[in-house]
Amino acid sequence: MKIALVDYGAGNLPSVERAFRRLGAETERATRGEDLSRAEAIVLPGVGHFGALARALGRTGMDRALGAAIERGAALLGICLGLQALFERSDEAPEESGLGWLAGTVRPLPPEVKLPHMGWNQVRRVGPSALLEGIPDDAWFYFAHSYAAPAASAAAVAVCDYGECFAAAIESAAVRPPSRVPGSESASSDRKARWRLAAVQFHPEKSGGAGAALLENFLELAR
Amino acid sequence: MTLARRIIPCLDTDGEWVVKGVQFRDLRRQGDPAELAARYDREGADEIVVLDIAASRDRRPTFLETIRRVAAALAIPLTAGGGIRTLEDARAVVRAGADKVTVNTAAVERPELLAELAAEFGSQAVVLAIDASLAKAGWQVWTRGGREPARGGGLDAIRWAAEGARRGAGEILLTSIDRDGTRSGFDIELTAAASRAVGVPVIASGGAETPEHFLEVFGRGEADAALAASIFHEGLVPIAGLKRFLAERGVTVRRTERQAPC
Repeated sequence: MKIALVDYGAGNLPSVERAFRRLGAETERATRGEDLSRAEAIVLPGVGHFGALARALGRTGMDRALGAAIERGAALLGICLGLQALFERSDEAPEESGLGWLAGTVRPLPPEVKLPHMGWNQVRRVGPSALLEGIPDDAWFYFAHSYAAPAASAAAVAVCDYGECFAAAIESAAVRPPSRVPGSESASSDRKARWRLAAVQFHPEKSGGAGAALLENFLELAR
Repeated sequence: MTLARRIIPCLDTDGEWVVKGVQFRDLRRQGDPAELAARYDREGADEIVVLDIAASRDRRPTFLETIRRVAAALAIPLTAGGGIRTLEDARAVVRAGADKVTVNTAAVERPELLAELAAEFGSQAVVLAIDASLAKAGWQVWTRGGREPARGGGLDAIRWAAEGARRGAGEILLTSIDRDGTRSGFDIELTAAASRAVGVPVIASGGAETPEHFLEVFGRGEADAALAASIFHEGLVPIAGLKRFLAERGVTVRRTERQAPC
């Protein structure tokens, strides 16, 4: 199984590539929508501006291709901005739409704390998580971001506190079918179980042993 | 859950080898950067900084190759810098595998560079390095490796840190020239003043020798991270031991899983 890395110029793509290579996994870069047509495991990396990502996904047809891939059962891991992209909107670029598979708006972290939220922090599990399977509760992950998705998101399986509580990891429960966005009722639960969507706000590719274990869990989930 | 204070080993290189030099003269080779970086990663370093202190144009490809080798060996963030003058320089460093770039002299001479870098890579990838020393009124900024007073000695370090953050720097790497190499401890007043003045993380640098120096800079100094070079290379302060020392005294640090018991 090759992992398709969505390549829209994100700065952390080579780091993600190196991290998977260290685990012995094969990767290939996907620059156009059609590159995802047979992918079984997809990673949407992300560093930078929500608006730039949203525009890039639209321009390359990647938004529709990602939706189609998810619908046919491919596993997706969003990283950092790649997590935020799954939501409807972000205050960082109110004029742009996200992929909209998760309800809610990405908001800035509160100004009372130093921003970016930069460095190592711990996460708290709030639901069963395949991504965090076997990783100790006190493990540290590397964060570098100023915006975050709501902790109240139904898909959040782990949260982090920095100025406020926000979603640190997301898995596919309560995800809407990409083809019906926006708005409509969700499909039957047996179909839901096929959507293998996961995302993390931190950078597993930069999070030492704990990050490597999480990427390993994603590979397991994608198999 | 609290954000951990970071310990950052710095590798000063001549582009290829880790060196220790006295004011850029008498550079002595201290080891291979990729090997040292991998060792620090294993020992629990939170991040690695690699600097090209010679920063000569014709040696640039060598330094980029060094970054590639270090990045391949690391599973933690890597910052690289030294001689970055333009957006194109920064691109090369990021492409080689750095997660963040430091700029110093070039940002003083053309502050717009910070916004350009932030627009391209995001603020989290832009580190403004400031070399400062105590002057009559406050601390003044130095450029060109501490050899030249910035803007004729008229640039205040605290004000420059705040301006740099406003312009797009996501972190300030603040080195006390007065303390650098003295092993008398970080400049606590300088670090605290900068940390209070800016809304982005401040990395303290210059003067560390003992674990107590780190405790002090994370306490009264209000530093978010602390950087040191030769005390780590010489094995004077093992990183795991330093973190244990800090944790026992109430500082939040990232302890890596499965540490050696002693």
